[in-house]
Amino acid sequence: MGEVIPARHSHPTISLEQVKLMERQTRRENLGRAWYKFSRNSLSLVGAAMVLLVLLLAIFAPLVAPYPEHVKPFTDFANAKLPPSWAHPFGTDEIGRDILSRSIFGFRYALWMGVVVLSLVVPPGVLLGLVAGYFQGTRIDTIIMRITDIFLAVPPLILALAIASILKPNLSNAMMAVSLMWWPWYTRLVYGLASTLRNEYFVVSAEVSGASTAHILFREILPNVISPIFTKISLDMGWVIIIGSTLSFVGLGVQPPEPGLGTMVASGAKYLPDQWWIAVFPALAIVLIVLGFNLLGDGLRDMLGAEEI
Amino acid sequence: MGFVTFIGRRIFQSIFVLLGLSILIFIIARIMPGDPARVAMGARAPDWVVENLREQMHLNDPLPVQYGYWLRDALQGDFGISLFTRRNVADDVREFLPASLELVFTSGIIAGVVGISLGAISARYKDTWIDGVLRMFSYFGVVTPAFVFAILFLLLFGLALQWLPPIGRLSDGIPKPPVITGMITVDALLAGQFATFWDAFKHLLMPALALSMGALAQEARITRSSMADNLSKDYIAAERALGIPERVIMSRFLLKPSLIPTISVFALDFAAGLSNAFLVELIFNWPGLSRYGMNAMLRKDLNAISAVILILGITFTIANIVVDLVVGALDPRIRLSAERSE
Repeated sequence: MGEVIPARHSHPTISLEQVKLMERQTRRENLGRAWYKFSRNSLSLVGAAMVLLVLLLAIFAPLVAPYPEHVKPFTDFANAKLPPSWAHPFGTDEIGRDILSRSIFGFRYALWMGVVVLSLVVPPGVLLGLVAGYFQGTRIDTIIMRITDIFLAVPPLILALAIASILKPNLSNAMMAVSLMWWPWYTRLVYGLASTLRNEYFVVSAEVSGASTAHILFREILPNVISPIFTKISLDMGWVIIIGSTLSFVGLGVQPPEPGLGTMVASGAKYLPDQWWIAVFPALAIVLIVLGFNLLGDGLRDMLGAEEI
Repeated sequence: MGFVTFIGRRIFQSIFVLLGLSILIFIIARIMPGDPARVAMGARAPDWVVENLREQMHLNDPLPVQYGYWLRDALQGDFGISLFTRRNVADDVREFLPASLELVFTSGIIAGVVGISLGAISARYKDTWIDGVLRMFSYFGVVTPAFVFAILFLLLFGLALQWLPPIGRLSDGIPKPPVITGMITVDALLAGQFATFWDAFKHLLMPALALSMGALAQEARITRSSMADNLSKDYIAAERALGIPERVIMSRFLLKPSLIPTISVFALDFAAGLSNAFLVELIFNWPGLSRYGMNAMLRKDLNAISAVILILGITFTIANIVVDLVVGALDPRIRLSAERSE
């Protein structure tokens, strides 16, 4: 047996192993409770399933897509504009490519867009929000939050379109344009939370006991704002994918012949209404992926109790 | 007086935000690779012509000086010449802005009226199949991009069913009403031309619907959840116990306080409307400021891009302040807390 915690009064002796065991049990109970809250709303489960499905399809695209070669430069004019059938469940496009296969590969671009943009914007956005919130009322707060206000003064899509339009039109520039516009939302969210937390006793007592600013920001305040951040990330995956596909739709994102979902909708729109499937199925694919992340995000919000979002 | 000071301070802050925005726009416009003067004159223009234009556009001065010139002109409503329409950007804006406002306002009205009604119905029939269907509908409304709605509506109502004219603002052969506001439906009504109004309205309806869908769904969701929250409060139970008819409780005592969150997000919806108009106007060939801005972006028309973004920024800022005013008028607590924080 390891060390023994000395007994006080008549309490039975508890070994460290037992404490650890109890901690583990509590953690398991908390997990169970969180899972209960999440799964109480069946739509959250549907959302999680949709996200999982899209993820798996995107990862294993070359294996599951019926015609993976249709993603590369490929033409088959004999089979162009075929309506949905067993051989081509979503039909074929104007140069004979299978739309189902291209949509499956399109998920890759959509997810990639969301992941890259959010991993670029969340760290700086959160950091600025933490700093501004902790130094609330000082000049640092004023400078950071006024700059944030400026970026929030125009709807993000418009500035993202403007920036993407003056750069070379491709996926990485579209990601950069959206990222430049997206960080202020995290700054504002974290600022609101951190500026109330900074007056809580645990922060004040850390200050009094001489903890460094970095310790207070990252070890005291950050853990308390992490669940709203994660909820927002899940919801934002959907919004970033919408903005990304919008940029692709106007020709400022994924470039043909790469199968971006927005790109496919744009080129299919020319064949409406007679060959409706060319535009409609990629559009439904966008709806599926965004709906999945939204349902999942709502479930996370219920689970983590993050009403601020 | 507290609330007036609060709004006064909001307006004061907004001016600084807009100044900051102008700097941001200027920076964006100047990081564009390539020479604006060369772009304006075309590749075959002789160098000395381009050099003259550079001098005229103050492109040889240091950046802060350039910004000074640019801001001075912009404040006087002079955004320079559009490199592609070859007209004053200010004239272009004056011509195209009313069409955009007509579209965004109409879609805002649709979103507000329909969204709040659907939300109220949903809350009234909470946990029944009606609620379920409406909630599913609003989920799809929120997650579907505006350009997808635009294409689907164009396909369904414009091309397949042919209920509504697919593109433009007026049918051929119908004369434009005299320009008063620039919004054709309003001008036609003011001039008493009801046939013109009807034709313009039919053209307006489909793009406005496509534009409103996202906001409509959002309003419905927020109205429902806020009404559902208030429904379980004690004051509603007290009113029921007093025997006040359910209809009166719903319309008079439940709806008004529940609308505050709905109106608070209306500013965000307005923002979404302004930005989605970029896509919707492009698809319906609606000659508004957003289509003009979108085309300017696709052609790297710098002066036009700057003007469009700045004007949309101003519009959005005004909308934000109006929303603050309305919410303050509806909710005495917000007025009070603004006064207390003095």
